[in-house]
Amino acid sequence: MIGVRLYLAQRLSAMVMVPLVFGHLAIMIYAIRDGLSAAEILSRTQGSIFWGLFYGLFVIAAAIHASIGLRVLAHEYLKIGNTNLNLLTGLIGSGFLILGARAVIAVTL
Amino acid sequence: MLSEAEKPTAEFLDVAIWRGNAKRGVFHSYKVPQLENQTILDVVSYVQRHIEPKLTYRFACRVGMCGSCAMMVNGRPMWTCRTHVDRAMRGIMRGNPLTIEPLRNLPVIKDLACDMSGFFEKWTRAEGRFHPTRTRSEAIEAISPDSDARKAANEAIECINCAVCYAACDAVTGNKHYLGPAALNRAWTLINDQRDGGRNLRLSAVSGKGGCHNCHSQQSCSNYCPNELNPTMSITGLKRETTKAALKREI
Repeated sequence: MIGVRLYLAQRLSAMVMVPLVFGHLAIMIYAIRDGLSAAEILSRTQGSIFWGLFYGLFVIAAAIHASIGLRVLAHEYLKIGNTNLNLLTGLIGSGFLILGARAVIAVTL
Repeated sequence: MLSEAEKPTAEFLDVAIWRGNAKRGVFHSYKVPQLENQTILDVVSYVQRHIEPKLTYRFACRVGMCGSCAMMVNGRPMWTCRTHVDRAMRGIMRGNPLTIEPLRNLPVIKDLACDMSGFFEKWTRAEGRFHPTRTRSEAIEAISPDSDARKAANEAIECINCAVCYAACDAVTGNKHYLGPAALNRAWTLINDQRDGGRNLRLSAVSGKGGCHNCHSQQSCSNYCPNELNPTMSITGLKRETTKAALKREI
């Protein structure tokens, strides 16, 4: 159960995520060429404003995109009504945002 | 006197027709003489005239124009007056009956007759009404048949309101507010009607919680439309136009 604004938010967040997903995949392939270790990842990401912004934006876009997608599923399969649906969308979105932000802060600060 | 095509063959067709009301129902089995040339509506009419006079169903024109005889045939929504038994039984294993049920996604009144009022209310909610921009005293506006808008309207305009697309749509099944392919297709024809003055009103009407953005583009509507229309394409057009209008803050 979405209107034009949620539809737009989901499409725009998807558009933001497309280059970020490819960037993330490319970095994964590049990063593991000499083996994978936490120290190596942290040496690249800690103190980096670029990676902080890259993954910060990724987390925001993913939280918006996933919460709207799950909202549609919750309505169609669980028949959850409008008020509870808004609550659920907000909870899922903020949950993803908090979890993602914690991860980004942990590897960049 | 019966024509060659109407003469019964030696065989009988096993038919299972859903009978019941809004609360419950079951399949009843009937044996119908098989003809060389026979539509699903012929089968239903035979049962009602010769075996079960209380069988309730709906039809009018018998030639695919009125859109009143649509039913689920072997689990698929079809116009029964233009669907031949041979075609409906294609792909069905020998020994299985021809099953006929009321349309999906609509409340049943009795047997094969559904309550269509919700379906048509959604046409109204999608602002499927023409908003004239001229009075009868003014000259008729000339519309070029070659204009892009008129071509888009023409592609979608031959809808007979049979509700086959509505019965085929899983988004309708999942979301009771969803306006459905037929109502949105109608809205798209009016968006492309240069004589109409209700554009933003209509774009707002199809942008709400049951609007065009709830379509998952599964294309069952286009797949099953008996008139070979493409409501998915119309809905995609509405998504595009509502997006533009929302970004310009017109809706």
